[in-house]
Amino acid sequence: MNPVKRLEIVDPERCVGCQLCMYACERRFGDAGFARSAILVRSVGGVERGFTVIVCRACQDPPCAKVCPTGALTPRDGGGVTLNPSKCIGCGFCVESCPIGAIFWNYEVNKPIICTYCGYCVEFCPHGVLRLGEVKGE
Amino acid sequence: MNPRDPLSRVLYIDLEHRRFWTRDRRDLFERWLGGTGVAIQLLKEELPRDADPLSPKNVIVFAVGPLTATYPFGSKTVAMFKSPLTGNLGESHAGGRSATSIRLAGYGAIVIKGASDTPIYLVVDESGAYFRDASALWGITSTLTVGRILREATLGQGYRSIMRIGRAGERLVRYAAVMTETYRHFGRLGLGAVFGSKKLKAIVIRGGGSVPIYDKREYREVYKQVFELAVKSDLMKKYHDLGTPMNILPLNKIGALPTRNLTSARFEEAEKISGERIAEEKLGRRLACSNCPIACIHLAALKEPYPDEPYFYKTTFISYDYEPIYALGTMLGISDIDGLLKLLDVVEVYGLDAMSTGVCLAWATEAFQRGIITRRETIVELKWGDYENYIKAAVNIVDQPNEFYEVLAKGVEKASERYGGREFALSFGGNEMPGYHTGYGAHIGFLIGSRHSHLDCAGYSLDQKLKEPLPPRELVERLIEEESWRQILSSLVVCFFARGIYKPEMVVKALKTLGYDYDVDGLRDLGREIYEEKQRLKHELGFKPEALRPPERVLETESPHGTLKIEYFDEALKVYREMLSRIISQG
Ligand code: SF4
Ligand code: SF4
Repeated sequence: MNPVKRLEIVDPERCVGCQLCMYACERRFGDAGFARSAILVRSVGGVERGFTVIVCRACQDPPCAKVCPTGALTPRDGGGVTLNPSKCIGCGFCVESCPIGAIFWNYEVNKPIICTYCGYCVEFCPHGVLRLGEVKGE
Repeated sequence: MNPRDPLSRVLYIDLEHRRFWTRDRRDLFERWLGGTGVAIQLLKEELPRDADPLSPKNVIVFAVGPLTATYPFGSKTVAMFKSPLTGNLGESHAGGRSATSIRLAGYGAIVIKGASDTPIYLVVDESGAYFRDASALWGITSTLTVGRILREATLGQGYRSIMRIGRAGERLVRYAAVMTETYRHFGRLGLGAVFGSKKLKAIVIRGGGSVPIYDKREYREVYKQVFELAVKSDLMKKYHDLGTPMNILPLNKIGALPTRNLTSARFEEAEKISGERIAEEKLGRRLACSNCPIACIHLAALKEPYPDEPYFYKTTFISYDYEPIYALGTMLGISDIDGLLKLLDVVEVYGLDAMSTGVCLAWATEAFQRGIITRRETIVELKWGDYENYIKAAVNIVDQPNEFYEVLAKGVEKASERYGGREFALSFGGNEMPGYHTGYGAHIGFLIGSRHSHLDCAGYSLDQKLKEPLPPRELVERLIEEESWRQILSSLVVCFFARGIYKPEMVVKALKTLGYDYDVDGLRDLGREIYEEKQRLKHELGFKPEALRPPERVLETESPHGTLKIEYFDEALKVYREMLSRIISQG
C-alpha cells in the first residue's frame, strides 16, 4: 500500500501571504480564485505580524467524521477524511467541529471543502512553506 | 471574452444618495480589456470635465482586468480620478489584496460618485455595497489603527482588502495617499484627498469567489509556464532579496541619485541607507501582493526603547522601497537608518505620499537656507539630515498650522509660485519628481508621461541602457512606444515588475485561455489606442503641454549623460506636442 500523504506546514514564518497555494487549490478544477480552495492563508492580526496557513492536518481520529450525521465524511486509513458528496446534506456540523477551522464551505453546492492531500498547492508555494508529508503510523 | 466571466460587471456607488447598482459593461471590457483601458472610458462617461477635483462632482474609478486573480502578478488595481494635485487626470496603481478582492467579489470595476456629508466607509461584496458610519474613525491619528479597527469590524479574513485614508486625506493634502493592506498605496496624485473630500474614510472589499476559466486545461498549463518563468528569473531573486532599494547603490554610483533637492546626484552616505544595509540590519518580514510569487514588499523592524522603563521596547514594522528612501532619505540628506525609518513611519501613519512629501520638504529646506522663507513660515528649522524636525514638518503638512503649510500641502509647484524658488522646485507637470536623475529619458519621461511618473515610460531605464543620448525625436518615440505597451500591462492588469515575463507573445497566450482572441499586433494597436484615448481625455480636462518645462535645477546638476541641455528638452517637447496634436485632431 502507498504511504498515506498529508499536507505539512514546514515554517509559517517564511510565508509571504502570496496565496498562490489557495489559487492552486482552486485550479484543481481549472478555475481561478478561492471558492473551492481547501487552504486559507490569512494574516495573524495584520500582515506585519505574519501569516497563518490553515489546512486539514489529517487527524488520526478526525472529529469532523464523528459529527457527520450521514456518514458522508469517513476516516481515511492512516488519518484524515474523505467526503462522499452524494451523502452530504450540507448541515455544516463538520465545519463547527474542526478546532483549527480547516473545513471551508462551498456555497455554490452547499457542501464542505475537504483537502484531498493531493499536494498540488505544494508545487506552487515559492517559499518552501508547504510540504507533502507521509502520515506516520502510530 | 468568456461569457461566464464576471469581469464585465461594474458596481456603481452613489455616495450622496447612498445607492448602488450594477451594470454589465461587456461593451467596454470586450473593447478595452480592463484596468486602464476601461477606467478611461468609465471616467469619460461619468466625469464632468470641469469638475473641481475636491468637489462631489469628481469620480473615482477602480478597475481590474482579465489577468487579475487568474495569473501570477495579476495583482494590481488601477485607480482613476481627477487629480487635486495637477488638476488633470489622476491615475495610480496599488497591489496588496485590492485587485484580487475586487475581481473575486465578481466585479471588473467600481465607480464611486458624489460625496457623503458625514464620514462613511463602504463594505463591498458580491451582493453590492453597504454604507457604514465612519464618524468614530474620522480624525484617528494612525491609518494603522483604522486598519486594525476595520479588521475587527468586518468579515472576510484572508480574502478582503481594506483601503483607507489617514489624516492627510481628511485634511485634503493634495498628495494624500490611500493605503491598502497597510503597506501598499495608491500613492500618487492625491487619491487620498479625493476620498477625504467625499468623506469616504475606507472601503473594505470582500471577495472570496472564483472566476470560471474558458479553456481550463490550457489555463493550468500556461499558468505553470508563467509561474516557472517567474521563480527561475533573476527578477524573482533581485526583487525578493533586497526589493526595489537594491537600486540605491547602483544609481548613486553612476551619479543619478537625487540628493539634497538635487543639488547633487550622489549621496556620500548612500551606503548607510542602501538596500543591502537596511536588509542586514532591519529586515523583519517580506510580503507579497495576492497572486504574486515574488514578495518584493520589505518591512523593516524598528526596535525602540521606551524612555520610562528599562528593558521595555516597542517594535514597529515599516515598509521601505527605493522611492521613499530617495524622497525622504537622500533628498533630505538623512543617512541615519532609524531616523529615516521613523520619518517613513510618520508619513505612512498620516497617509501622505512619500515621494511628494520628500520633494516638498527638500524644496522647503533649500528655500529656508536661502532665506526665501524663515522660521515664521517653517516653524521648525529645516536642516539636511535633521530627521526630527522633518518629522515635525511632515506632521505640519497635515495639520497646516499656518499659511505656509497650507500652501505646501498643495504641492511644490504651488508653494514655489507663492514663495519663490521655482528654479529648484522639482515639479513635473505639477507632480513631484521621482528618484532618477539618469538623463534625458528620465526627465522627458516625467514631463510627457501621462501621470508624470517614472512608471509611465521608464525613461530612467532607457538612459541606463544607452551610452549616448538618442536624438530627441527618437527618444520621444521610444518613450511613447513604451508607454503605449504599458497601457496593455495596466489593462490586464499585471504588475510592471513582471513586464519581462509578460512579453506580447505570453500575453496573447494567457488571454487565449481566458477566451480572448488577440495577436501580437492587435495588442500593440490596442495599447496605442488606449494611450491615445488617455491623451484625448487629458486634453479635454485642460492639459496644457505647452506649459511643460524641466525645472532649472535639472539642467544644473550633472547627470550620467553630462549636463542636460535645455535645447534638447525644447526639441523633444516640440516633437511631443506635434504628436499630441495629431492624436487630438484624430479624436
Ligand atoms: S493538498 Fe490539494 S486539496 Fe489539499 S489544500 Fe493542497 S491543493 Fe488543496
Ligand atoms: S504559497 Fe506558500 S508563501 Fe504563498 S501564501 Fe501559500 S504558504 Fe504562504
